[in-house]
Amino acid sequence: MNKAVGEKAGEKLTFWGGVRDCIPTLFGYWSIGFAAGVVGATEGLSVLEVGLMSIFLYAGSAQFIVAAMLSSGSTIASIIVTVFFVNLRHLLLSAAVAPYFCQYTAKKNFLLGAQLTDETFGVAISRLSLQAEGRDRWMLGLNITAQVNWVVATLVGAWFGLWLPDPEQFGLQFALPAMFAGLVVQSLMQRKQLRTDLAVAGCTIVYFVLVFVWFPSHVAVILAAIAAAITGMVVERRR
Amino acid sequence: MNSGFVWMLIGVSLVTLIPRVLPMVLFSRINMPEWLLAFLRYVPIAVMTALLAQAVLTEDEEWIPLQDNLNLLALVPTLLAAVLTRSLLVTVLTGIGAMLILEWLW
Repeated sequence: MNKAVGEKAGEKLTFWGGVRDCIPTLFGYWSIGFAAGVVGATEGLSVLEVGLMSIFLYAGSAQFIVAAMLSSGSTIASIIVTVFFVNLRHLLLSAAVAPYFCQYTAKKNFLLGAQLTDETFGVAISRLSLQAEGRDRWMLGLNITAQVNWVVATLVGAWFGLWLPDPEQFGLQFALPAMFAGLVVQSLMQRKQLRTDLAVAGCTIVYFVLVFVWFPSHVAVILAAIAAAITGMVVERRR
Repeated sequence: MNSGFVWMLIGVSLVTLIPRVLPMVLFSRINMPEWLLAFLRYVPIAVMTALLAQAVLTEDEEWIPLQDNLNLLALVPTLLAAVLTRSLLVTVLTGIGAMLILEWLW
């Protein structure tokens, strides 16, 4: 039944259908959003700042990174460059869903693309088909449901984080490394090419250690990531 | 909220927005060269691993001496929880719990 959504020629997708299809992802948004809010607050951001980030930046891992880099005194330029590289993957997601939206106007596609996330991409790519009508309305319903839940979850997290007087006392300084560890493991296990991915991850650590000898750590993050992604690309093409 | 935060927010929002909308706006199939796609496929894992290395191995632009590095110890149960549960929430809670116990023991 679920798989057949949109398969029938002329089926009409609706805004509320998009809202409904977002529901299975909501627990994920709540848990990660709550954690992102707590980390933001414990790294010194206000509830308002956390909320603004959820509205305008709207990217989980990037929001953790911004909180961490701000509290470690990184420059604005290095934060922007780091976030650019972290979020460059959206090019891939956007390119992959583009064929489903090519009949709509550029303005509409701009609005629909602006709220694209890993999770909404996952839902969209498994539910959309080229035969279904109303893909724009459906995507809008999915997008809005996802972001509203994200904003609320991060605000609740940030508010909760304010009540923790000394985060170090509760082991919370490890929330950020733990989140990165979880994200690394998740992306390793989602893709079915564990050996190459593990090799790339291993290379990343080696490159980071080498670059950090000469450069500040935020520069080392960017250079190590670029070098490791090139390594992955070369290894893949040699196959 | 200072103006530095506002400029930072504008910057990170724009560099996030552009890759999100560009392929969708420029119609459908932009034929990106295969090598670029391959590079992009490895960017997320490389960036997240580099950030993990930074968060675990360094503090305030200094190496944390290996013999004092509680992060590395806390990372073991954290990675285990991540692999076994695949839940970010459980992973983060395990990491925080492990760090709590380690700080108490040290």
